[in-house]
Amino acid sequence: MTTPLIKPPRKDPLARTRLPLLPPAARSRTAHGLTAAAAEGRFALQVCQDCAAVVYPPRDACPSCLSARLPFRDVDPRGKLTVETTVRVSPEPYFRERVPWRVGLVKLDVGPMVVAHLHGDTREGEVVCLALKLDRSGAPVMLALPEKDTPHMADDPILRELTCDPKFRRILITDGRNAVGQAMAKAFADAGASAIFVGIADPWKPFAGEAALKAIAGVEIVPLDLTDSASVDKLAAQNGGRIDIVVNTAEHVRPGGVIGGDGVTVAREAMELRYLGLMRLAQAFGPGLRMRGADGVNSSAAFVNLLSVHALANWPAYGVYSAAEAACLSLAQSLRAELRPGGVKVLNVFAGPLETEWFQTVPPPKVAPAALAKAVVGALRQGIEDVYVGDVAQDIRARLDINPKALERELGE
Amino acid sequence: MNAPDLLSFATAVSSGAIRVVDLTQTLTPEFPIIALPPELGQCAPFRLEEISRYDQRGPAWYWNNFSMGEHTGTHFDAPIHWVSGKDLPDNAVDSIPPRNFIAPACVVDCSAESAADADFTLTIPFVEAWEGKHGRVAAGSWLLLRTDWSKRDARAYANLKEDGAHTPGPAPEVVKWLVEERDILGFGTETIGTDAGQGHHFNPPFPAHFYMHGKGRYGLQCLTNLDLLPPTGAVIIAAPLKIRQGSGSPLRVLALIASR
Repeated sequence: MTTPLIKPPRKDPLARTRLPLLPPAARSRTAHGLTAAAAEGRFALQVCQDCAAVVYPPRDACPSCLSARLPFRDVDPRGKLTVETTVRVSPEPYFRERVPWRVGLVKLDVGPMVVAHLHGDTREGEVVCLALKLDRSGAPVMLALPEKDTPHMADDPILRELTCDPKFRRILITDGRNAVGQAMAKAFADAGASAIFVGIADPWKPFAGEAALKAIAGVEIVPLDLTDSASVDKLAAQNGGRIDIVVNTAEHVRPGGVIGGDGVTVAREAMELRYLGLMRLAQAFGPGLRMRGADGVNSSAAFVNLLSVHALANWPAYGVYSAAEAACLSLAQSLRAELRPGGVKVLNVFAGPLETEWFQTVPPPKVAPAALAKAVVGALRQGIEDVYVGDVAQDIRARLDINPKALERELGE
Repeated sequence: MNAPDLLSFATAVSSGAIRVVDLTQTLTPEFPIIALPPELGQCAPFRLEEISRYDQRGPAWYWNNFSMGEHTGTHFDAPIHWVSGKDLPDNAVDSIPPRNFIAPACVVDCSAESAADADFTLTIPFVEAWEGKHGRVAAGSWLLLRTDWSKRDARAYANLKEDGAHTPGPAPEVVKWLVEERDILGFGTETIGTDAGQGHHFNPPFPAHFYMHGKGRYGLQCLTNLDLLPPTGAVIIAAPLKIRQGSGSPLRVLALIASR
């Protein structure tokens, strides 16, 4: 079993905050096939289309038959940890700070031999399950996990280094007025977050669920209005240094396309709250997150964007909404690159229509706020970058892969 | 008749013989605005974005861009704001004769009644009783409803319940009477609107808007410091921004009162 994590003591205010360092990030273009799989929490290796050999490390030609047709496919992640060692001295600044560090060779059942980081509960000679993880530099690495779950296994230091587990971390949920923000507060409380700051705009307006939200253990209501730069800056000035995960739950869902006669007022409100709101949040909290990426057990870890899957492909029935979501996705891509030097991940969570008031007339399947919150916590524990929650999001993702033009037509019908 | 002595007026202002009372709420992002059902178009709240503050964006100067709706903060309602006043001449803020921006005020104190009942409704007998003490409401005056609502915190000020806002305002018949029988210039309140919070249930709905603007009269709302004004004798300066075809505008509202 893993030694359970204890709640980190208060920081010595006289000690310097150590700056984040990153493990080596360079990968070939072909090897980014592993990045793509790791970003979604899949385990994929190259499989030769001509001779069916499973290939690792990534190559441009099959070592068995020289075929260049080597697409990445999800494969069985199980294998045997044949040999292990413990690195005690490393020339790499990142690893120097983290030794001793266990690594080993895993013989996969599907063929290849893989060098992997080792979870503390793996043993030489035993069956392990490999996972592709994104390390602090955003590069894909192999991690060997015990075949079956072990007690407190999420508290393993190497696993925690590769993920964004909310346990003992301090969370900012940007909008607690809506059902999603409230479900998120509950989910993070259940996940062991040590503090949950929940933003409320226009406190003079009562809202449904107010009493229940305030009753969740660890929740602290803070004034926050993403449409107001001064409000965002003020909260960051007061609390930015002790927020480890930002979860942007602001939503602006309105039906309607471009030429429906609403002018630009609604679109402007959507962009003000969603796009500029995200920018304000990132500008106010980004520098602190990036600086605190190696700040102990409760280091900064992630910035979570809740996005409509229609950020990827516009749904004209909600056309203006889809476009604002697309703008947020684009901004999140920039933010991801800008936070990477701090080892901080940007998690984009794509969902179809939610089981909320603004999607009242949309038929199921819809994603319940609690299911969305559970998916967010799960994705942070996995350390992934992109997650597709629910049937609609997964369906859009799949159809986009096959034929984006067909999807565009079908969404417009 | 001699020409008015404007210089002695200016001297009286600078000497303090005429006091200037600011009836304006400070424009801040936090100040409540009208809350409408979310599927309807919304009035934008006040927002401020720094252009530069003696920094790399402008080394020696500080300035901001601001944005808001025409009906945000302490603001003026022009007749064109309401459907009943849409076809009147000179009904927008840019075409209202500027002499109408300076006028005397009758201040009707309903603060005790409003403290006792958030849905307090101003009636004709209430105004007649006021006239019994302070004289007839003069034609061309503002009628300002003092409720001390501006002294409340933001939540109590908006006072939103599950069935909507609960704030004081005028009954339909008193608005009609003030326009037709007293010929007032306009109606002003401390609350978010000139109408009562439950005014959409009146007949006609939103009577202060319907009757005032239907007869080319004006509205002032989100006023403050009405408790500093005498029942009669104050002169109001309320000049909205000159927005082409503007339905209203945030503005600085000043009252001039003679020092005792």
